[in-house]
Amino acid sequence: MAASSKPGSPRPPPSSSSSMAQDLFNNFSFSKTLKLKTKQQELLIRVTVLTLIYILAFITRLFSVLRYESMIHEFDPYFNYRTTLYLTKNGFAEFWNWFDSESWYPLGRIIGGTLYPGLMLTAAALYWVLRFLRFAVHIREVCVLTAPFFASNTTLVAYFFGKEIWDSGAGIVAAALIAICPGYISRSVAGSYDNEGVAIFALLLTFYLFVKAVNTGSLAWALASAFGYFYMVSAWGGYVFIINLVPLYVLVLLVTGRYSLRLYVAYNCMYVVGMLLAMQIRFVGFQHVQSGEHMAAMGVFFLLQVFFFLDWVRHLLSDAKLFEAFLRITVTGAVSVGAIALGVGTASGYISPWTGRFYSLLDPTYAKDHIPIIASVSEHQPTAWSSFMFDFHILLILFPAGLYFCFKRLSDATIFIVMYGLTSMYFAGVMVRLILVATPAVCLISAIAVSATVKNLTRLVRSQSQAVQSGSSKGASTAKSSSKGVIDNSQPFQRNGAILLLLGAFYLLTRYAIHCTWVTSEAYSSPSIVLAARGAHGNRVIFDDYREAYFWLRQNTPPDAKVMSWWDYGYQITAMGNRTVIVDNNTWNNTHIATVGRAMSSYEDEAYEIMRSLDVDYVLVVFGGVTGYSSDDINKFLWMVRIGGGVFPVIKEPDYLVNGEYRVDKGAAPKMLNCLMYKLSYYRFGELTTEYGKPPGFDRARGVEIGNKDIKLEYLEEAFTTQNWIVRIYKVKPPKNRW
Amino acid sequence: MARSTSKDAQDLFRALWSAYSATPTNLKIIDLYVMYAVFTALIQVVYMAMVGSFPFNSFLSGVLSCVGTAVLAVCLRIQVNKENKEFKDLAPERAFADFVLCNLVLHLVIMNFLVG
Repeated sequence: MAASSKPGSPRPPPSSSSSMAQDLFNNFSFSKTLKLKTKQQELLIRVTVLTLIYILAFITRLFSVLRYESMIHEFDPYFNYRTTLYLTKNGFAEFWNWFDSESWYPLGRIIGGTLYPGLMLTAAALYWVLRFLRFAVHIREVCVLTAPFFASNTTLVAYFFGKEIWDSGAGIVAAALIAICPGYISRSVAGSYDNEGVAIFALLLTFYLFVKAVNTGSLAWALASAFGYFYMVSAWGGYVFIINLVPLYVLVLLVTGRYSLRLYVAYNCMYVVGMLLAMQIRFVGFQHVQSGEHMAAMGVFFLLQVFFFLDWVRHLLSDAKLFEAFLRITVTGAVSVGAIALGVGTASGYISPWTGRFYSLLDPTYAKDHIPIIASVSEHQPTAWSSFMFDFHILLILFPAGLYFCFKRLSDATIFIVMYGLTSMYFAGVMVRLILVATPAVCLISAIAVSATVKNLTRLVRSQSQAVQSGSSKGASTAKSSSKGVIDNSQPFQRNGAILLLLGAFYLLTRYAIHCTWVTSEAYSSPSIVLAARGAHGNRVIFDDYREAYFWLRQNTPPDAKVMSWWDYGYQITAMGNRTVIVDNNTWNNTHIATVGRAMSSYEDEAYEIMRSLDVDYVLVVFGGVTGYSSDDINKFLWMVRIGGGVFPVIKEPDYLVNGEYRVDKGAAPKMLNCLMYKLSYYRFGELTTEYGKPPGFDRARGVEIGNKDIKLEYLEEAFTTQNWIVRIYKVKPPKNRW
Repeated sequence: MARSTSKDAQDLFRALWSAYSATPTNLKIIDLYVMYAVFTALIQVVYMAMVGSFPFNSFLSGVLSCVGTAVLAVCLRIQVNKENKEFKDLAPERAFADFVLCNLVLHLVIMNFLVG
């Protein structure tokens, strides 16, 4: 290492990573033959690392494609897939004005006006580009791989964002961390064709462009951030986070005295142009001027005008006393006008209050009491510590360390990332699903911690070794080496300690990578529509019952048949079974869902009346008693009762419980043993032996022998049961002849 | 008491007027444009108060185009003003080009929003 520096030559800039890299390169003769300068070597390393990270982010999400097949997962992605299919077949105008009569029978759904079109348009655009280049891909393949592609793009944005906040080293670490972080992977595996796959990219892009605009004060960057915001609004309902975080950030900057004219330029351009662009999405409509959730942005907009107007007047007036008088008049006037406007707007109902979805973030107990549908979704439950550890691993301990570094070097950009990190972590604690929004912030802040620590340690190792090697013969060429030379005598183990700590950091990061890959492989790569288990001999057993049932529906029922099921399966039935459903995952009409819930919880004759009124031809239930599958309808049944009982007081939850306990065996409540859901799930189940040594009718999911084995159906008949009894379809019999 | 406050107000007004007269002409032209845009917005609001707000998207696009172009003009004024230390590296031609670009995007969106 000493041979590479000539005596008396100026030392390379104190970027220990580049000098380490130079040494590493000089150990290989490759770079010597190419005669690359230090800066070019660094650029080559950076580009190579980023390319590897890009590829890594893509391939780590491909587990389920390799293990099963290239298919769409879960429930919501099937709706997105169906709409994308419609878009590519019928064009944009038809898609934008689509009224779907195949769901929510008999109400229908205005799809064009009630969805976020960003994801579908992105996938369709990719599909058309590939087709134009003569790649004969099917739209399903494009849909399956959209999320991993955008995850790779997110790593690039994370690199630039890290570079903007701290330096390029932190950017690279951030890109590497976010490429494999399980919090992000959970919603962006191949096959998870959902809004979040594209939305996180849009979120990070918008934040990056906005921070860039605040740092440079350029209108062009602010315009770019407005377009980023437009993309975010078109992609996901979580854009409300952006439109509230950015004004909060501006407010914090104003309060801490860090305001500048660049902030004015950046926020104003982004807000006005962004708001106008956002209103082009039909689903969002006029919410930016009418909804309580968006009022913070407008308030900060007016506050900025007043603030900078006063600043300009103070600059004009040289006399302080006159200005004070002016200040008093203007401030009282502006505050009173603002308060009156807000008060009148809220009281008259023109400014609508916060919707339940977002209000339950501020008050977590709200949904349980008032909106059972929101409370019933498993993703909306509060987060346990184990989930945090599972999704973040070492980032959880690096996050406070990164916060410390950010506070040490406060700038406009670091204040932003600190605010983003803290607010998103609060929301991640309230709702499991929002760990996804916190992931980019946590990765960036942890990257700052890692990069700064590694930099300090390697600088220690470098300067220690240089001080040792160059001896004391040189005059102090840099202050650093002289200071190191001073303490060199007193702490000879400092270099060893630094090397040890570096090895420890390397070990931590390796464990992180191993954990992330394990989590991705075990937990987040299951398609949910195809179930897998281990057989008795260790062989893998695949349960493809869902698709079996949907394709049976598609091929064996009349095209205008209406299917009633619980809302979870609506999207899948319309996408794969191609039949009209009564309710689906959009859950926009609570009364309709409650009607279905009431039908499922009633006795067979009452349920038959309800089903006749809805023109139902087939009923579909999911049953896990034979396989031990625990996400079946009997386990979800209490939510059906609660939601149904919320609208129809005739359904009372205590009727189905015994001493507050939910049972299906002999000691169960009589209403439970005779309701429609019980009958449809356990019809003919009493004759089946499911486990060796247990009596017939042993329910493997609940672990009990069922109470009512002798079930007779009067108004329905069994149409189809899948191979493992997971999906059961019943036909509703027409009314009897009158005599 | 009243005489001193009115005298204060007159002093304030005169000080503001004299300080403002000292600003360069190009900035005064931009200020005139801003006043014109805000005035147009006010006229539209008054008109809406008289005839009602249907169709709301047309009203919003009209008002927001005025407010938007006023705000962009203020941004231009900030970037062109020689007294602002932060923007002394920025060429006024670049500032004007940004202004034109942003206005172009703004008015394209307005035209889309005006009708449907």
